[in-house]
Amino acid sequence: MKKPILQIENLTTSFKIKDKYYMAVDHVSFSVSENEIVAVVGESGCGKSALALSIMRLHNNQRTKIEGEIKYKERNIVSITEAQMNKVRGKDIGIIFQEPLTALNPLMTVGDQIEENLTFHTKLSKEKKRLRTLELLTQVGIPFPTRTYKQFPHELSGGMRQRVMISIAIACNPSLVIADEPTTALDVTIQAQILELLQSIQKETKMGIILITHDLSVVAEVADRIVVMYAGQVVEIGTVKQIFAKPLHPYTRSLLNSIPSAVTNKQRLHVIEGIVPSIVNMNRDSCRFSPRIPWIPRHAHEESPELHEVAPDHLVRCTCYKHFYFQDHRGVKITNGIT
Amino acid sequence: MWKFILRRFLVMIPQLFLLSLIVFALAKQMPGDALTGISMDPRISPERIEELREKAGLNDPWYEQYGRWISGIVHGDFGTSYTHKIPVSEVIAERIWNTVFLALITLILTYLLAIPMGVLSGRYNETWIDKVVTGYNYLGFATPIFIFALIMLFVFGFSFEWFPTGGSVSSKVDARTFAYYLSKFHHVILPAFSTALITTVGTVQYLRNEIIDNKFKEYTRTARSKGIPDNKVYTRHILRNSLLPIAAFLGYEITGLVGGTVIIETIFSYPGVGQLFVSSIGLRDFSVVTAIVMMLGFATLLGTLLSDIILSMVDPRIRIE
Repeated sequence: MKKPILQIENLTTSFKIKDKYYMAVDHVSFSVSENEIVAVVGESGCGKSALALSIMRLHNNQRTKIEGEIKYKERNIVSITEAQMNKVRGKDIGIIFQEPLTALNPLMTVGDQIEENLTFHTKLSKEKKRLRTLELLTQVGIPFPTRTYKQFPHELSGGMRQRVMISIAIACNPSLVIADEPTTALDVTIQAQILELLQSIQKETKMGIILITHDLSVVAEVADRIVVMYAGQVVEIGTVKQIFAKPLHPYTRSLLNSIPSAVTNKQRLHVIEGIVPSIVNMNRDSCRFSPRIPWIPRHAHEESPELHEVAPDHLVRCTCYKHFYFQDHRGVKITNGIT
Repeated sequence: MWKFILRRFLVMIPQLFLLSLIVFALAKQMPGDALTGISMDPRISPERIEELREKAGLNDPWYEQYGRWISGIVHGDFGTSYTHKIPVSEVIAERIWNTVFLALITLILTYLLAIPMGVLSGRYNETWIDKVVTGYNYLGFATPIFIFALIMLFVFGFSFEWFPTGGSVSSKVDARTFAYYLSKFHHVILPAFSTALITTVGTVQYLRNEIIDNKFKEYTRTARSKGIPDNKVYTRHILRNSLLPIAAFLGYEITGLVGGTVIIETIFSYPGVGQLFVSSIGLRDFSVVTAIVMMLGFATLLGTLLSDIILSMVDPRIRIE
């Protein structure tokens, strides 16, 4: 059994909206081990990014309440002070954001932005910091490090900026990196390069990665384990093999079924009906996915759905998966050929 | 860069030419001329005045008068003041440094007030400190500067007698001594402070909004994710980005202040270009009035150029070629 770097237990993040708190992340528990990539998947608004920002404690303090435990190497970082947390951020845990253009300071050179990380976490001399920064730029595959060092973010392409972002995240050799949709803003060819880069860095440093994405094809390629989130809750959790070979929860199955395929000659792309409920008006007591699969009878769902262990390390929420089937757009049950 | 500046100066020539036409036409549209004042004097016959008019060329067609005027300006000659009987350039030169000094002190005070207020209310927005600053801003926006300046003059000039109520320097000190410069400073403080207290609100409001905007930007989140303490996030990231538009506005601010001294100089009887402007209009001293308007026009064009240059220096995304 590998040593877990990060253990999240019953993490609940609530946002204050008009003087009331609403849960955006609802009792989420999972762990990340050394040298492991855990993918968190779900549609927009499922609480994936809220989860990432909660781990880094980057939410607005006044409007957010974080409960539960986030243990980084046995130490609960939910309860430590802001000053102590500043020593964890950037040093032990790094984060890569989605939009590489807006995530970099437009008025600072690339070199300065990477060095900033070293300034606050190491006692390296100016020259040593410069050398380390150039080494990082080389590591993330920037072709002319000495030139890029002096450039400003707007002078770089999207892919290059994301590489810079990655080098900021890994500057202090963190044991955990959170990648919050790192490839969403990039085009497909660059996406593949960035993912390969993350994997190759991981091979060298043995760090754990939380990969947040809504792209299941990305997950299949790189992840070790998958956490499927819906409406702030974990609905299914398991290894890549388990999830892709035997997806159980209707939401997981719907997501997988929604991937456009060039191989199967299905006529219509599967679309999940409806939208993710907003955190303000959501029915929290029943199966949260049930409004989007209205053809499944009510008694198939659990009262207040719990996670059930169906196989070692494979958990699924609610009992509705036992009764779930797909319907086509005419409302006819689809029986052949699909998961 | 130098090419750009040269080109901008070349573009200024037609702009100034157009301005001169408008200024001249407006000056001619004003009722009366420089000799209207003495026509009230019973000792001078109307024939004599007419003779003087003819001699000064005031009866010539407008284009001839304009031609004479503009060719003089091109040669650096703004004509002679009717009231002061000396060249206009000398009249203005006597007072321009007073105005520049006043504008400069006002500018410094404006930013000294604006930056801390803007930063505090932006950083701690929706707290009591922000409410105090915003409240002050609303008051400042609503207060006409000439009323406020009069109140300041009354309270600190007449009642408390902390500051002189007129002039630019005390008559009791010798020129070029320390006491002389101290006295100049003493005279400029009250008008400069009165202006700054009111004009600063625009900058405060702007800076506050920029800071609120920038503190929720994604690059700020990136900075926090590096483990940088909050204070440093402000000084290293948020403040610089927030000051950008304000720095770019500096050029306009300077010309605005030079033009805006008209009211304040009149209220504080401060012998600057603004006061000269107002009194010259009253005396129909056209050569002085037109020269000042031309000068302000040129200053405005220079201010815009200055703003462009400053912006290109502080923002790496903008390069002028």
